[in-house]
Amino acid sequence: MVDKRRRRYISAGVILIIGVITFFILNVCIGSINIPLNGVIKALSGGGEENYRLIIWDIRLPRTCAALILGGALALSGYLLQTFFHNPLAGPFVLGISSGAKMTVAIAMIYMMGRSIKMTSASLIIAGFVGAMLAMGFVLVMSDKVNSKSMLVVSGVMIGYICSAITDLIVNFADDADIVNLHNWSQGSFSGMTWEKVRVMTVVVLITAIVVFLLSKPLSAYQLGDVYAINSGVNIKKLRVLLVILSGILSACVVAFAGPISFIGIATPHLVKKLIKTSKPVIMIPFCFVGGSMFCMLCDLIARSLFSPSELSISTVTAILGAPVVLIILADKKRKL
Amino acid sequence: MESYIKTANMQAGYQKKVIIKDVNINIEKGQIITVIGPNGAGKSTILKSMARQLQLIGGSIYLDGKDIYNITASDLSKKMAIVFTERLKGDMMTCMDVVATGRYPYTGRFGTLSEEDNKIVNEAMELVNVSNLKDYDFDKISDGQRQRVMLARAICQEPEVIIMDEPTSFLDIKHKIEFMSLLQELRNKKELTVIMSVHELELAQRVSDKIVCLNGDTVDRIGTPDEIFVDGYIKNLFHIETGNFDEEDTCMELKKPEGMAETFVIAGGGKGRHIYRYLQRNNIPFITGIIYDNDLDYPVARALSSKVICEKAFEEVNEDKVNEAIRVLKDCKHVISCKESFGTFEKFNEEILTYAKGNGIKITIM
Repeated sequence: MVDKRRRRYISAGVILIIGVITFFILNVCIGSINIPLNGVIKALSGGGEENYRLIIWDIRLPRTCAALILGGALALSGYLLQTFFHNPLAGPFVLGISSGAKMTVAIAMIYMMGRSIKMTSASLIIAGFVGAMLAMGFVLVMSDKVNSKSMLVVSGVMIGYICSAITDLIVNFADDADIVNLHNWSQGSFSGMTWEKVRVMTVVVLITAIVVFLLSKPLSAYQLGDVYAINSGVNIKKLRVLLVILSGILSACVVAFAGPISFIGIATPHLVKKLIKTSKPVIMIPFCFVGGSMFCMLCDLIARSLFSPSELSISTVTAILGAPVVLIILADKKRKL
Repeated sequence: MESYIKTANMQAGYQKKVIIKDVNINIEKGQIITVIGPNGAGKSTILKSMARQLQLIGGSIYLDGKDIYNITASDLSKKMAIVFTERLKGDMMTCMDVVATGRYPYTGRFGTLSEEDNKIVNEAMELVNVSNLKDYDFDKISDGQRQRVMLARAICQEPEVIIMDEPTSFLDIKHKIEFMSLLQELRNKKELTVIMSVHELELAQRVSDKIVCLNGDTVDRIGTPDEIFVDGYIKNLFHIETGNFDEEDTCMELKKPEGMAETFVIAGGGKGRHIYRYLQRNNIPFITGIIYDNDLDYPVARALSSKVICEKAFEEVNEDKVNEAIRVLKDCKHVISCKESFGTFEKFNEEILTYAKGNGIKITIM
């Protein structure tokens, strides 16, 4: 049994890593101008055609890196929320946390644009974090009041609607020139990534992910339910606070850079779990991250290239690919929701 | 003997609302303690408070001389294991995974099991006889199997105390007996202390060193089974109004048939019980006699018959009793006898049967 499991983990790991590498390469090669692989290699080593170099270095590489990192962050934040609520339907988007972050990031953007203050990545992440915590606060209040898992999700969706409505209201006050930008961002998009942004998100997401990984032991006890977690000696109050904060940072970071992105957070943990057939956090956390990266790069690739040169919003693609997964979870009669 | 676990004026409940108050229990190491009482009396509340799952409202609990609130969570988890009614949420976990979670307090940073841990897990599963379930999905086994896996998990934690809330409820009789025997074995070999609530009074009577009886919002009585299972006490504790519970043999009987008794049952030597219960099922009121008050039939007769004609044990049945029986027999339309012919020391019952025959009363031998 142990060997069988180890073999499964290794083969799943190999599949995911090959997937990540493949999609990374495809994302760099494919676009409104298709660049052959040897062109990419030349450009990366500093040679080749000038415009290839520009496209790859300034546009495609940062964008792909962002999809890689933020995809992982989304999946991880979904995994944390699902663990936190013991609810397979939880995720940053359905619980309204992304929308909460979107609202405060939009407020911050408009405020700063109006006063011509330079927007820094850090300030946007902080703004997003405030919104994420705000929405999470409401979800927590609701989770105390409703006792069904599906009702919690409905509450989250409602909170999401409220936050989105407020965002739309605020956007009305923005200058016409900014609205176009805000509109793109508020739909979720990886366009316009810069290396500076990629650097910041890498630091934030990586540190958060490492902290999450270090929590995998108490998380494994938390999964068993409060009673058994306490009996195992876990300080569940502290752990809960940590979970809320960590998932908030991850969602905030995604929203600050790419806007709200649906379904990657909710669907990835299930797909990964199906692949590795375990829910052990020590395995799930890294696999979830890599799975989310792969999923996100695939979605961005489709969003960019399906109707190229015009671009779909990333959430259009994630919804088409991710929503069926949620429907499958709902249809699974063995789960009591 | 010095107490190993002690509660001092413990007040337990939820959100400041006291459910059970003034709990003073002293438990010695290696004792098996059961908590009994009617539904809602606070059995789970007491157990949860003792396991530090519920914040105490007042008083204190001492484990091995230390206030349990001064013991670190990780130290407590090495001393105390639980098997509660809350379902352990296992997602894609095999039974072995679940048992292995008991090793949590002993594993390192990432919870990886060592060779030694694996050995202990396997031994615990062996002990509880669930090794065959090792690779089964924990969500797909029966409630009874799950309960045993949870016990293996608790054992794996190598505790000094196990606190269990109704651990036997889902077990069939074979596994109930095995479960209890295992607890006794652990007590004898490892000086394990067990505190558990049970619904099955016959189990409590047989396994407990001490029984804690809860009633209303207080501990009504604490004592050995002999002190608890005394005439009328259990009936009172559980407010039994319909039917009857016999403390002596921990047997319960359903409601006594009502109405004028027109059936007479000749019983004795434990042969009448089945007839009484048959009549109860058919709602036929009856009178029975003549039996000794130490007869196996006696407690059942007392619970089910309209009238019992009985004699003190080891006394000769005197003429008055026979006459009394014959007097009531006159109003009866039916006599059921547990036998056709009687032994030397039960000629009085033969007399009754003969009278019935002579007076044309319908007779059935059962």
